[in-house]
Amino acid sequence: MLYLELFWSFVQIGLFSIGGGYASMPLIEHQVVDLHGWLTMQEFVDIITISQMTPGPIAVNSATFVGIQIAGLPGAIIATLGCIFPSCVIVLTLAWVYFRYRNLSVVQGVLGGLRPAVVAMIASAGLSILTLSLWNGAGFSLSPSDLDWGAALLFIGSLFVLRKWKLNPIYVMLAAGVLGLGFYLVLGY
Amino acid sequence: MILKKDFSFYRHLFTSTFSISAFTFGGGYVIIPLMRKKFVEQFHWIEEEEMLDLTAIAQSAPGAIAVNASILVGYRLAGFWGAMVTVAGTILPPLIILSVVSLAYTAFQSSLIVKLLLRGMQAGVAAVIADVTITMGWDILKRKKPLPILIMLGSFLAACVFNVNVMLIILVCAIIGLLATIHDERNGKAGV
Repeated sequence: MLYLELFWSFVQIGLFSIGGGYASMPLIEHQVVDLHGWLTMQEFVDIITISQMTPGPIAVNSATFVGIQIAGLPGAIIATLGCIFPSCVIVLTLAWVYFRYRNLSVVQGVLGGLRPAVVAMIASAGLSILTLSLWNGAGFSLSPSDLDWGAALLFIGSLFVLRKWKLNPIYVMLAAGVLGLGFYLVLGY
Repeated sequence: MILKKDFSFYRHLFTSTFSISAFTFGGGYVIIPLMRKKFVEQFHWIEEEEMLDLTAIAQSAPGAIAVNASILVGYRLAGFWGAMVTVAGTILPPLIILSVVSLAYTAFQSSLIVKLLLRGMQAGVAAVIADVTITMGWDILKRKKPLPILIMLGSFLAACVFNVNVMLIILVCAIIGLLATIHDERNGKAGV
């Protein structure tokens, strides 16, 4: 019964979180804190913080966390499956439609309008991560003393090796992490 | 491109999405540059424009962008079972990591080493996205077609400066693209 409730709760979260990421936070809060009382507000804030420190979508992360807290590993798996179930159904349908009809000029027209917008969305997401990184969460400022110089060097260095030698991005991110750790430990943070 | 769908193909598909997902720090869009590097640049399994189309669909559908994008890539490469393989590869890293972290999450949250490691990685993530944005943005600029360039700059300003909802931007751009095609077809020209 608990498994069913968990599954259904996360199906709703998966179904109604349109736009991804932060848009799903109030939905998750409503389901797991307000409606079912599976987590306290403090635990919910903790899971958001941890989500920002670990890979993966917030919805999947909280599904795992909530599931494991209230019903162990099976709970985590069931909640995660619930969370991705609506995506699977809807996206597979859209995929089928796309690959069948993408050569129609009307579909090409719509996609032609969307492609530059997608590049802009990626750029915008990148810029907000860059701002977060260079000013260490404090927001954009012109004063040089506010700039996280370690992060700025890592950013420029990573971008250089990515453009110049087309290195695997995963290794670049890992190296940036390790170099950053050394840098901040030696020179202070 | 016709791919041989043997065991080694599915293993590649799974390990690729698994390692990509394990490094998707900082929000759904990070997965797009990583997938693009792997499946477009490295394996040549998907074409550049197709990847953008898949991203647009992933963004417009409900659910996490990372999950949606992996379903689309899997479906594109190997149909329904391909999608199941990529989706498993995508949800397993967060499932495993969060299960482990939840055992000692207060220790994890207050760990200085983790915090500093992530601060460095964040700069790396920003560089990965910047790299892909430069490549894709330049691709659109060098074709010198005014409408796509205007759409790109307009959506960037709308998202970044005016904080317009992403869904609204997607909707408006889809309508602009549709109207431009109808207009061009009436005048007997090619679309956008």
